Amino acid sequence: MADLTTNFAGIRSPNPFWLASGPPTNCGEQIMRAFDKGWGGAVWKTIGDPIVNVSSRYSSLDWNGQRMMGLNNIELITDRPIAVNLREITEVKKRYPAHAVVASLMVESKRETWHDIVKRTEDAGADGLELNFGCPHGMSERGMGSAVGQVPEYACMITEWVKEVARTPVIVKLTPNITDIRAVARAARRGGADALSAINTINSITGIDLDTLTPRPNVGGRSAHGGYCGPAVKPIALHLVQQIASDPEVGLPISGIGGISGWREAAEFILLGCGTVQVCTAAMRYGYRIVEDMIDGLSNWMDEKGFRTIDDLRGMSLPKITEWKNLDLNFKIVARINRDTCIGCDLCYIACWDGAHQCIHLDGHALPAGLEAASRARISPTPIAKLDVAALPHGITPPVRIPRVDEEECVGCNLCWLVCPVENCITMEQVDTGKPRESWAMRTGGPA
Amino acid sequence: MSQPALPVPDNRERFPELHPALDANAALAEANRCLFCFDAPCTAACPTHIDVPRFIKKISSGNLRGSALTILDANILGLSCSRVCPVDVLCEGACVMLRYNQKPIEIGRLQRHAMDYFYASGTGLPARPPRSTKPVACVGGGPASLACAAELRRRGYTVTIFDNRPLPGGLNTYGIAEYKLRPSDSLREVELVRSLGVEFRQAEVGATVSLDQLEKEFDLIFLGAGLGAMERLGIPGEQLPGVIGALHFIERYKTFPGFQVGRRVVVIGGGNTAIDAANAARRLGAEEVHLFYRRTEKEMPAFPFEYHNSKVEGVRFHWLAQPLEIVARDGRAASVKFAETRLEEPDATGRRRATPVPGSDFEVACDMVIPALGQSRFIAVLHESRGIELEGGSIAVDRPTGRTANPRYYAGGDCVNGGREVVDAVADGKRAALAMARQLEGSTNG
Ligand SMILES: Cc1cc2nc3c(=O)[nH]c(=O)nc-3n(C[C@H](O)[C@H](O)[C@H](O)COP(=O)(O)OP(=O)(O)OC[C@H]3O[C@@H](n4cnc5c(N)ncnc54)[C@H](O)[C@@H]3O)c2cc1C
Ligand SMILES: Cc1cc2nc3c(=O)[nH]c(=O)nc-3n(C[C@H](O)[C@H](O)[C@H](O)COP(=O)(O)O)c2cc1C
Ligand code: SF4
Ligand code: SF4
Ligand code: SF4
Repeated sequence: MADLTTNFAGIRSPNPFWLASGPPTNCGEQIMRAFDKGWGGAVWKTIGDPIVNVSSRYSSLDWNGQRMMGLNNIELITDRPIAVNLREITEVKKRYPAHAVVASLMVESKRETWHDIVKRTEDAGADGLELNFGCPHGMSERGMGSAVGQVPEYACMITEWVKEVARTPVIVKLTPNITDIRAVARAARRGGADALSAINTINSITGIDLDTLTPRPNVGGRSAHGGYCGPAVKPIALHLVQQIASDPEVGLPISGIGGISGWREAAEFILLGCGTVQVCTAAMRYGYRIVEDMIDGLSNWMDEKGFRTIDDLRGMSLPKITEWKNLDLNFKIVARINRDTCIGCDLCYIACWDGAHQCIHLDGHALPAGLEAASRARISPTPIAKLDVAALPHGITPPVRIPRVDEEECVGCNLCWLVCPVENCITMEQVDTGKPRESWAMRTGGPA
Repeated sequence: MSQPALPVPDNRERFPELHPALDANAALAEANRCLFCFDAPCTAACPTHIDVPRFIKKISSGNLRGSALTILDANILGLSCSRVCPVDVLCEGACVMLRYNQKPIEIGRLQRHAMDYFYASGTGLPARPPRSTKPVACVGGGPASLACAAELRRRGYTVTIFDNRPLPGGLNTYGIAEYKLRPSDSLREVELVRSLGVEFRQAEVGATVSLDQLEKEFDLIFLGAGLGAMERLGIPGEQLPGVIGALHFIERYKTFPGFQVGRRVVVIGGGNTAIDAANAARRLGAEEVHLFYRRTEKEMPAFPFEYHNSKVEGVRFHWLAQPLEIVARDGRAASVKFAETRLEEPDATGRRRATPVPGSDFEVACDMVIPALGQSRFIAVLHESRGIELEGGSIAVDRPTGRTANPRYYAGGDCVNGGREVVDAVADGKRAALAMARQLEGSTNG
């Protein structure tokens, strides 16, 4: 059995799965139920001077019949008094001493105000602090959240203020709404941060109601941009995490956030260097129970791959990411179609013709339009059993519908493999070019 | 489009639908399963080549009117086809999903979803102003003629349909099993065709209207007269009360309120019509329905799924039996005498002849006999007086154009293909219309 316990910048938890700051961590009662379900830690819903929220608050991107591929929110920090939140932190820590309780904080950009909230929170018993420099809506208009996180000097300054009094580890939560996330990550490090978490939500407008012409979410006939999260943001989050994880000037532990809903995504974030992962949208959607398969799936996979601890796999994929200029120009793969599993949808064919390099062919026709015209011109009467030659039995793809790849022309772009609906039907296989490894950097004389 | 008041009985309770409508959620989920294949095999397999992935994607995008128009563009009888097509051997039988997760996309029911929306919306199709060309006549008001007329009318030609029955629609109105298609739905399609500007006249061509008159008034003539009357059994007792041909039986229960079925019914034949009649008899309340076929299940021409449905309905099948005589008691059919048959070796056409076994006679008591032995063709007159070639009893045409040996006559549907499906009749009618339009175009230009 894999050992999932973690020590993240000094904060210990039974597993790397933390709830991110948000509605699932709004109060003590919720967090205790979450711990009962198996969550290893929780970052409290951001604490600060209580705000007033609007109604409605969320909107989502649905795709191809699936709900909530991405979620957008215009919710602000906690709407509950500071004292109430702190009292509940004390209670949760008393009852769940082995779990990680991290307090997310956001207050006015004044040194005394920060000193005050840090001391009170640590006195309440929090295991660590997360500075919310990421909230992209509402709070930023008041000079907080991403208004801080987008200016490296402010981020550095406030981190310094916090570190002047903090006794527990300080995590700086980064906003993705910035040109180069490394600038703020480095600033946090200069300010003395113990760790980073990324990402907070991404500026977004999810869509417009085509009846009312009002963007969503609709608040009395108007809307405002919100923060985007959920499965759709994972690729962006992974990239930003990789950026800070690979930067020698940063060098801090990272808690990965953004679009994690199962153990696979969690493994990906850990492979790119994260020590823990945080989840918000998936828990909002399905409830705390999803952590069961996260734990189970991750440990089964680790057992299968021979990883004993989270540290065994942490960062394993980082060395496999480089700059484009270092990629081997003489590496070549081509698409191969497995005729036995091809179902004859011809999606690879049209994708290659219209969207790639015109190297997948269906014999007998030079162009896609010719194929369609021939099919439509065909006289195809209803087959009558016993009178007509029986149609091909189900389960066998008519050979004319199975495409053929011209391997000489194939550039190995992967598009056909990506569109093919059948697992492992198209495989991308390496062919020997007989040429030695050569990158653009090598070709233009730079270092390899 | 207002719906005409219908002089037809409402059989809804006795005949719940075979393929009920999908609700909006189910339709969306099903539409999203479609892969959007290129040069989709379902489209190729549909005799009218409806662009299936296109209409399905329009359902997923919430563009239901666009979806419906995509269907109607290829097949003006998209409503009835969505209900009556044997989709297992057509579009759905060709769906690649059969090889993916074994579950083909429910194309027929999705098509119905778009069609139901279209008819409920009441928006109709735009009618085109007539062009100044010579007019066209369509003989028969069934699917073939409706499709031919609609296609020509949508291209601006003036068309008149002649049908000899009180209500147009052909077998869609009078023949097809009630649990597949209701006469009221068939008539909605007739109204759609009428709304395009097609004229309907109730008249029997060759009787109330002569071919000469037709040729004088119309430039081109499309023959969509169907198959005509049922074949006789040719055995004693056939004229007795209590014996009713399958098509007549179906027509009566569909259109005659208060029609009574027997308690113990014998159906004779092994085709889809026999099965439809047997199922209907069960639904109408017959306690026992026995179907006798002179060959076996293997040779039976009915589609396997029709046979399967029928067994579920409780119809009992008897193989290798040939009727000899219908026996009367008190002046009504009271039993049928059968001989057992034996199958010979397959002949040149691959069919195995059934011959009666001497001395094997047996008798089956009943109070209603429904012969359903295929259909005869009533086209001899056209052959004799208009030089229209025949082939195996059907009108011979050039398949891609529907042109007969007489350049003023085109033909399609059951009277050409010997009796297939509604969708085949529509495809024939459409192909003929395109060729007729080309011919009319040529004659006005030249
Ligand atoms: C019992 C039964 C069940 C069926 N079930 C199905 C099914 O489930 N699915 C399916 O797809 N198909 C089914 N079919 C087949 C389908 O109904 C036909 O293939 C289709 O209706 C053929 O259309 P048509 O226009 O060629 O002929 P018809 O529908 O037969 O129309 C011909 C019309 O022409 C009229 N007519 C004939 N002669 C003249 C004349 N001289 N002057 C004026 N009018 C004339 C007739 O009265 C009739 O109204 C079934 C058929 C039957 C008999
Ligand atoms: C409704 C909502 C409220 C949030 N509130 C906070 C907050 O108060 N403080 C904070 O640091 N992040 C907040 N977040 C951001 C999440 O903590 C997290 O960074 C982000 O949602 C990405 O993770 P996910 O894809 O798992 O949801 C909020 C997110 C949502 C959806
Ligand atoms: S996409 Fe895949 S299944 Fe479809 S035709 Fe191409 S290889 Fe076959
Ligand atoms: S018309 Fe019939 S065969 Fe064609 S797509 Fe529709 S249901 Fe399928
Ligand atoms: S074959 Fe099936 S999956 Fe492909 S387009 Fe047609 S309905 Fe859709």
